[in-house]
Amino acid sequence: MLPEQLNAVPEAVALEAHDPSALLGGNLDRGEVTLLIDAAKIEAVCRLLKDKHDYIRLCTVTALDHYPMEPRFMVVYQLHSLAANRYLRLKCALAEGASIQSVTSVWRGANWYERETFDLFGITFEGHPNLIRILMPEGWVGHPLRKDFPTHGHKYSYQHE
Amino acid sequence: MSETAIPTEATASAGSSTRKLTLNLGPQHPSTHGVLRVLIELDGETITKATPDIGFLHTGIEKQCEALNYQQVVTLTDRVDYLANLSNNLAYVLGVEKLLGMEIPERAQWMRVMLTEFTRLNSHLVWLGTHAIDIGAMSVFLYCFREREEILRIFELFSGQRMMTSYFRVGGIALDAPRGWQHAVKKFVDMFPSKIDEYENLLTNNPIWTRRTKNIGHLPIEEMLDMGITGPMIRGAGLKWDIRKDQPYSSYEKFDFEVPVQTANDVFSRYQVRVEEMRQSTRIIKQALEGMPGGAYQADAPKIVLPEREKMKTQMEALIFHFKIVTDGFTVPPGEVYVPIEAPRGELGYYIVSDGTSKPFRVHMRTPSFGTLQALPNLIEGRMIADSIAIMGSIDFVLGDVDR
Repeated sequence: MLPEQLNAVPEAVALEAHDPSALLGGNLDRGEVTLLIDAAKIEAVCRLLKDKHDYIRLCTVTALDHYPMEPRFMVVYQLHSLAANRYLRLKCALAEGASIQSVTSVWRGANWYERETFDLFGITFEGHPNLIRILMPEGWVGHPLRKDFPTHGHKYSYQHE
Repeated sequence: MSETAIPTEATASAGSSTRKLTLNLGPQHPSTHGVLRVLIELDGETITKATPDIGFLHTGIEKQCEALNYQQVVTLTDRVDYLANLSNNLAYVLGVEKLLGMEIPERAQWMRVMLTEFTRLNSHLVWLGTHAIDIGAMSVFLYCFREREEILRIFELFSGQRMMTSYFRVGGIALDAPRGWQHAVKKFVDMFPSKIDEYENLLTNNPIWTRRTKNIGHLPIEEMLDMGITGPMIRGAGLKWDIRKDQPYSSYEKFDFEVPVQTANDVFSRYQVRVEEMRQSTRIIKQALEGMPGGAYQADAPKIVLPEREKMKTQMEALIFHFKIVTDGFTVPPGEVYVPIEAPRGELGYYIVSDGTSKPFRVHMRTPSFGTLQALPNLIEGRMIADSIAIMGSIDFVLGDVDR
């Protein structure tokens, strides 16, 4: 079910034609296209966008924490097509504890971005070659960018101190 | 006592002719330009495996952004990339202004362009100086920092700060340009091209410099794009992609400048690109100086932009707005934006999500150094360790930008 405002967006139309169940929605807001993708199909969608629509660059991967709402997380992918000079955002809703496919097989550069998202949000990426903490120290407890992680205080600190 | 032989290097490695050596480069090493640790596996002088270890400078800026209101966040963006503070200011305020749907007066836009180009010069000068000192060209560093000092003085003139300027605000710039700014900028613009010639005299045809930088650090352009490399590195590989041209922001479309491209795809070509970028930035600054429009330097949005001091003291309404902005901040309609700009190091994107309150729901920085640094193993594996220092210099990363 393609939202009306996306009828003129070629990627959305192609995605809808290719696999209607993968595209769950989306919007065109302030000139930016956001597509809501089924988390189970993110790898295939990214592959299609890269191969057929020239999205050869992955700008970044990050997440949003909508705690205490469910599903809690929203994984965000920002894509860029040099040929079309366009940016595209993909979002996948994810419940706490669930995992999502890694897109490192599509863009190798996703490696560090997914590690960062794992480190700061605690989201697991299946098939990631080296999913370990990247910014926080190894013994750190908790995931700082979660909304229930305090900005101040000593409760969360190194494990062995 | 007994005749038991003490194991020596030779006996320990008996059986294999070579032994791999694991070496820690950094975190405290001058060539890492900050606190980067690279775990290097060496076979003789050749790097067989490199594993960058980052996070030593992680200060939780993205988390802190969620605790401050929109105007206060500007001060944090300075500290992301401390050599390109105004680029970070610009990307952030452009994002918030896009969320608000604001129109910015032309004078403020031109001021922003002029000062971000100064930032590019500042960043490239620090890069050139430190890169050259890494490879052994000591004097270039002193020359570069001499001119950088002039740029910092200009920043101080405008904002009162040399480095953490926080000069761009949502809705415009913090203060109008100070009296006599044209004189200071003109003096710099007239002087600087000859200084670039000086650096080039010292380096471009210097046989030691060319032998240390030519034909090393090659990476196929497809791999670069795949790994997330942006900015001067990709232009040094032959791709003409500059966000200032492709998706102009803050009235860059009104300026006449070239995007320098080199095809050699090595350390030297990145040097050439950055040096030429310095010349082009000077051109842009000159155009901004000559054509600077008059008029307001802040948008007419009393609920967002702080009123002038005089108005605040004499008008009831202005006083109320001032109080509201300072105590609560301003609210931003819900939505999300990704605003990419061409920072000195490449694509700097701010992903800002608003939930309708006066504090950002999420601010994510897509920093150029983070994307570029993850390609470090691709660049230095299989190379000599001495070359890796030159290659690391050519990447031009800033660890504050990587770790945030």
